[in-house]
Amino acid sequence: MATISRPVPGTLVRPRRSAGLWADAWSRLRKNRLALFGLVLVSLLLFTGIFGPLLAPWPYQAQDLKAVAAAGGGPLPPGSPNHILGTDQLGRDLFSRLLDGARISVSVAFVVQLVILTLGVPIGALAGWFGGRVDNLLMRFTDIIYAFPDLLFIILLSVAFRDTAFGQAIDGLLMVFVAIGITSWVTVARLVRGQMLALKETEFVEAARAIGVKDRRIVTRHLLPNGMGPIIVAITLGIPGAILAEATLAYIGIGVQPPRASWGSLIAEGQKWIRSEPHLVTFPAIAIALALIGFTFLGDGLRDALDPKLKGKQ
Amino acid sequence: MSAAEVPTVIELSPEDVRREQLERTEVRPAGQKADVLLKVSGLSTHFFTPDGVIQAVDDVSFELGYGETLGLVGESGCGKSVTALSIARLVPDPPGQIVAGEIVFDGIDVLKLSQEDVRKLRGSEIGFIFQDPLTSLNPTLTIGYQIGEAIREHMGLSQKAARERVVDLLSKVGIPRAADRLNDYPFQFSGGMRQRVMIAIALSCDPKLILADEPTTALDVTIQAQILELIAKLADEFHTAVLMITHDLGIAAGMCDRVNVMYAGRIVETATIDELFDDPRMPYAWGLLDSLPRIDDVKGERLRTIEGLPPLLIKPPDACRFHPRCIYEREICREDEPELTRRGSDSHYARCWATEPDGWIP
Amino acid sequence: MTATAERPPEAHVTDPRNIVEVDDLKVHFPIRSGIFKSVQGSVKAVDGVTFDVRRGEILGLVGESGCGKSTIGRAMIRLREPTGGHVYFDGTDLGGLGNEALRKMRRRMQIIFQDPYGSLDPRMTVGSIVSEPLDTHGLAKGQAKRDRVAELLALVGLDPNYVQRYPHEFSGGQRQRIGVARALAVEPEFIVCDEPISALDVSIQAQVLNLLGDLRKRLGLTYLFVAHDLSVVKHISDRVAVMYLGKIVEIGPPDQLYSVPGHPYTRALLSAVPVPDPTAERKRKRVILKGDVPSPVNPPSGCRFHTRCWLYERLGQPENCRTDDPELTVLEGEHRAACHYSAEAQKTDVGVAHIDDRPVRHGTPDAALAYLAAEKVEDPAAIDATDSARLEAPIVVEAGIDEEDPRTETPTA
Repeated sequence: MATISRPVPGTLVRPRRSAGLWADAWSRLRKNRLALFGLVLVSLLLFTGIFGPLLAPWPYQAQDLKAVAAAGGGPLPPGSPNHILGTDQLGRDLFSRLLDGARISVSVAFVVQLVILTLGVPIGALAGWFGGRVDNLLMRFTDIIYAFPDLLFIILLSVAFRDTAFGQAIDGLLMVFVAIGITSWVTVARLVRGQMLALKETEFVEAARAIGVKDRRIVTRHLLPNGMGPIIVAITLGIPGAILAEATLAYIGIGVQPPRASWGSLIAEGQKWIRSEPHLVTFPAIAIALALIGFTFLGDGLRDALDPKLKGKQ
Repeated sequence: MSAAEVPTVIELSPEDVRREQLERTEVRPAGQKADVLLKVSGLSTHFFTPDGVIQAVDDVSFELGYGETLGLVGESGCGKSVTALSIARLVPDPPGQIVAGEIVFDGIDVLKLSQEDVRKLRGSEIGFIFQDPLTSLNPTLTIGYQIGEAIREHMGLSQKAARERVVDLLSKVGIPRAADRLNDYPFQFSGGMRQRVMIAIALSCDPKLILADEPTTALDVTIQAQILELIAKLADEFHTAVLMITHDLGIAAGMCDRVNVMYAGRIVETATIDELFDDPRMPYAWGLLDSLPRIDDVKGERLRTIEGLPPLLIKPPDACRFHPRCIYEREICREDEPELTRRGSDSHYARCWATEPDGWIP
Repeated sequence: MTATAERPPEAHVTDPRNIVEVDDLKVHFPIRSGIFKSVQGSVKAVDGVTFDVRRGEILGLVGESGCGKSTIGRAMIRLREPTGGHVYFDGTDLGGLGNEALRKMRRRMQIIFQDPYGSLDPRMTVGSIVSEPLDTHGLAKGQAKRDRVAELLALVGLDPNYVQRYPHEFSGGQRQRIGVARALAVEPEFIVCDEPISALDVSIQAQVLNLLGDLRKRLGLTYLFVAHDLSVVKHISDRVAVMYLGKIVEIGPPDQLYSVPGHPYTRALLSAVPVPDPTAERKRKRVILKGDVPSPVNPPSGCRFHTRCWLYERLGQPENCRTDDPELTVLEGEHRAACHYSAEAQKTDVGVAHIDDRPVRHGTPDAALAYLAAEKVEDPAAIDATDSARLEAPIVVEAGIDEEDPRTETPTA
């Protein structure tokens, strides 16, 4: 043997190939049973929210007066013929109304998060990246919003605009979106700012600056992808809050206009019958609970899966 | 630093150093082992991870005499820290576990002790100095409390006597105005000062052994020199044995009486400090020494490096664990693992086929 | 060197032998506190430093943590905005450049970072990390870009097939190579190496050190080599500068600076470096400095080192050390030190490591070297780390070598 073959410095530390950090996070998420359970609930909610009208046996506003009259004028109990979960006192099918409520919850959840993304992420990113004056200005502004009592603000807004075109748009949903969105983007803005500040000091960002990469590209290519994990978690965990806020508004009679059925307004209407027909309250409450649990478990699971502390460790 | 504590210079003349060396060697002539304080035999500590079993320490045996300073030298992941943790039964379990071996400390079989007894042993007989003093001190407790903790618990001194001892220890480790600083918190000390506090804690109960795990790696060279000098001085004064874990052969050369070189969970060479540097008998030790840029050399040519990476201990190489990186390897190195065998003197052992008396580089 | 023609008209008159000239550079970081974020003082990280870097040399910059050495490195390529003074790169004042001109200038100067874990974006593949500079400056597209990335990876001794891998799949030394490849992508003339090996293991340090040395030779680069380790700096540098508390206290060729240091701090630093030679460790005359480095917010008056200086004590605390800040003055040739009493410092033998005529002992014994020669095994000291043809190529399995060698890991495995 004339020359001895020797190891190259290029042998990898890790025996197995990994497909990137997102794929690694997914493989961790897959192993987390609670998170998977949450994912199933969330998918179910999404599915019913999108395809609800196709699945519903009745239109949400349709009144089966004949059946109500036959039963003596009160709400039908669950398990009645044609009404699997019963009806309310007007003969409207509860199951169909719950499906409509799912649709409202899903749209609230996602439109509000969209507002948060379009307001909170850019504002936080600007404040964090530029720092100094810009940061001061933007953060004081968010502080002011933050200091507002959320619910009060939403109620005031709703009351003020109830009779305008804006208040009536999409059965009153538009106003709900705007009201909840305005009060909740600040948390994400602060989070994004914190992420930016921390990432801005990292050596890989410094390396990008040394190379001459333009600021905007540094933000979009280095800062945001690396700060994405916590942002995704915050948004996922923010959804239950938005759903709950909408339900609360509906419960106190603000927001969605009848005959649309929000889970909150279903509970409000059902509580008159709580002694004789508890299902009118129970089923919407269960729906709300499952939606909240689903997003919370998924959010927790995502946090564990994306936790940078686990990165690169065996 | 205020004017009151303008530093003065401790200067050790060559005579001082030599005298110190002589004093040490009188107690323990080179090559001749002192009474054994710590005997580790066949120690194997493994970590059971989802990816496989990491054989962090595999069949390690050595002895440490009373008052002796023994170096455990190697690169990160070679098992030197895990060896120290195993001796103090501090291996995180799970995933770690001592799967085989015997550790006899001062006549006590450490692996057979109850958790409670091990805890007592750790506080009183075995002291620790870790790499990062900030994370090993509790940020919410005053340093006076933290040093006094072990003293109160293990020595049963009164509040007042304990306090006096704490002040005494703090001044011994070179903290100015010790009595005034008892109520300070760790963040009020600099890195070097925190490491002094750690040393005071380690010495608080007159331990027989100090496990020093890279005690100066986080410090600057001038502070490192202070701390090393302090450890050497106090070990001498308290007649404490030191197990010095380091990746720095220079530190080993200045501090240790004997050295174990570790590679991939095994001891590959053990020798007195002079034997190791004068006549290393293992290609890994050659490579380590060669790859050091040195201040005592003329401006260097290329360094003779060890190529490649240390192996993954989930799947260590068969036979000699160093053979994939060894330029002297022959067929036997790939087939059979060499034993630690005697080289030249009773204190010098190496694990290498090539440097065996009948090897190809005797 | 192609860009010299673009030199703006208001170019500073400089010595053409110098690639970078640093003139009275100051970098202060304001300390703000209170509700109104008012400035309460400043950390004087770099406080009036003047020196040059010559074309093609390696200038070593040593000092303890917090002395300002990394800040100088960053300010020299304008990653930090100086508070005062100028940095002239090839005659151009970097402080006077607008954003776009500076971006263009960045092609000519690069940096290699200390932390091999923090300096690579964990969300990007090796390919996109190394090609980012190419995209940024529009240097190559499509197949040409892929070829260039492969060439760069091979140049730093990595397998070009690893382009789709992520940084966390590599060891510290390999990541450092990726960082080097990224810096080389723009074909820079000057590279700031900011403690490039101090986070690595001993045997890997030597590999990366050799790589940097070989690249310098092969590509004609100039380095500012920032480190805290005096032995590493001595090994690689053509000239060495020693920093203390934001100032350069001594600068000169290593032969002189390490054998007849003219500043008591340099001597103290040298004497603190452990030498891997037990005999020398016993014989060396050392000073151990007491106390910690003073705060750079309020550096001591006069000579900044006088609060810890052993020579100051030994000379009976002369007054001018407390009142006058010494300038760098020439000791001999290019060797300069900033001490009122360098002559006295040079009379002592404090801190000098190699104190007798014993040859320096290295690891590999002569018998082993003879064996290598007899068996025609190539001595690793002779292998060029940039010799990509042999380093990154998959191991050729020859007759007699185990085919299932665990080392021969193919990227698709």
